[in-house]
Amino acid sequence: MAHSGRMTSYSRAVAQYFRSLLLLELFRGLALTLRYFFKPKFTVRYPEEKTPRSNRFRGLHALRRYPNGEERCIACKLCEAVCPALAITIDSTQREDGTRRTTRYDIDLFKCIYCGFCEESCPVDSIVETDILEYHFENRSESVVNKAQLLAIGDRYEERIAAHRRQDAAYR
Amino acid sequence: MTEPLAASLFDQAIYLVIVVAKILAIVVPLIIAVAYYTYMERKVIGYMQVRLGPNRVGPWGLWQPFADVLKLLVKEVIYPANANKFLFVLAPLLALTPAFAAWAVIPFNEWMVIADVNAGLLYLLAMTSIGVYGMIVAGWASNSKYAFLGALRSTAQIVSYEIAMGFALIGVLVIAGTMNLREIVLAQQGGVFDWFWLPLLPLFVIYVISGIAETNRAPFDVAEGESEIVAGFHVEYSGAGFAVFFLAEYANMILISALTAILFAGGWLSPFEGIPVLGDTFLGEGSIIWFFAKLLFFMFLFLWFRATFPRYRYDQIMRLGWKVLVPITIVWVMVAAVMSVFGLVERGA
Repeated sequence: MAHSGRMTSYSRAVAQYFRSLLLLELFRGLALTLRYFFKPKFTVRYPEEKTPRSNRFRGLHALRRYPNGEERCIACKLCEAVCPALAITIDSTQREDGTRRTTRYDIDLFKCIYCGFCEESCPVDSIVETDILEYHFENRSESVVNKAQLLAIGDRYEERIAAHRRQDAAYR
Repeated sequence: MTEPLAASLFDQAIYLVIVVAKILAIVVPLIIAVAYYTYMERKVIGYMQVRLGPNRVGPWGLWQPFADVLKLLVKEVIYPANANKFLFVLAPLLALTPAFAAWAVIPFNEWMVIADVNAGLLYLLAMTSIGVYGMIVAGWASNSKYAFLGALRSTAQIVSYEIAMGFALIGVLVIAGTMNLREIVLAQQGGVFDWFWLPLLPLFVIYVISGIAETNRAPFDVAEGESEIVAGFHVEYSGAGFAVFFLAEYANMILISALTAILFAGGWLSPFEGIPVLGDTFLGEGSIIWFFAKLLFFMFLFLWFRATFPRYRYDQIMRLGWKVLVPITIVWVMVAAVMSVFGLVERGA
């Protein structure tokens, strides 16, 4: 009994020896890589091709206006208070018509972590994060965007911003 | 008196021009081939990893190799402190020259060969061996312990696999009965199954394996091991010196592919030779196209292996070389001798 057991283990070793000599496993590996060679590729040719983006994407900030041109922001400073990165700085005053308005609305985009809390806290949908992600600064000081710039971004992309809010309205 | 002298001088000048032209006719296409081999490598490995590889420089990234070469040439050449400057500069050339010189005896078809010498195979063995000195000298002249250790590892590996490779070549010699590469190809006439890869199958496989080990390519690239250590014997090289080592490595890979095609896969011969219908068309006739097709296949094999196999451990490399490949080659050289003596292999038509 023990003898035959040893024999089978010998024959198994010999069989294994010939299997490895025939390089069977190596050929299987080669067949696998060859299959992948002909598979469709995952690469996105970036500037020409872009991956789909959610309408909730949190990119560059913007300040919105009402359709009549009045700015939405009422300087409640909820966004400034909620901002975990302390990226927002607001100064406010009373305008001649008696409404509260901001005199200063700065966002430091280097401090900002794009969490979207400012947008969530805003009672008038004024501060929003657009789906714009391709922007850059050429000087360090440009990282702080002021009220005029934010309003300009809002004016420029209002249609897109509004469309994205509409799509998401049921969940807001 | 002046007339014949001038004439003979003129003859010699013509001869010189022809020789230089022949050298350029090999070296320039070879350098371009190396450039595009690097491109092919990145593309093939990219494709096997389900990505596209370089595609930004020019259409389909076709100018990528030129961008790479330009980058390397513009970079500063750094000489390590206390390096032997003369040898440091000489080493890349020592590696490159034999890789190019070996091409002199490679027959592209029946008549396209620079030097149709009788001892072509011997010359090739010599040339492929000399390349090792470039590595040893580079490792020593760098005055860096890492470069030195890398050089030792590379040379130990190359010297070990050269033995298996030499035996594989002896098998071809025994069957073909000649050392002239053109005649070796002619001895394989008559379709795919008359090429030497079939009677010498183990030697063919071993030749490819040791060819990869000889050129320090994956999966035998422990000396370079780009993912764990850096570069090996050429760590201290930058810019043009590094570019030359790079060129030598890839030229050697192409050379090994060409040799495999010639020695085991019938060189420029057509695989369909002897099939009556195709006999008259270009498919049935041997031509340089077939040579390049085979060359390309074996070049692809190098990249395919690199994309597939994980790196060997150093002791495994040595075990494989000495305990597996060398014994098998010795046995099969004897088998080849028996086959040759009893006329089991047809020697051409």
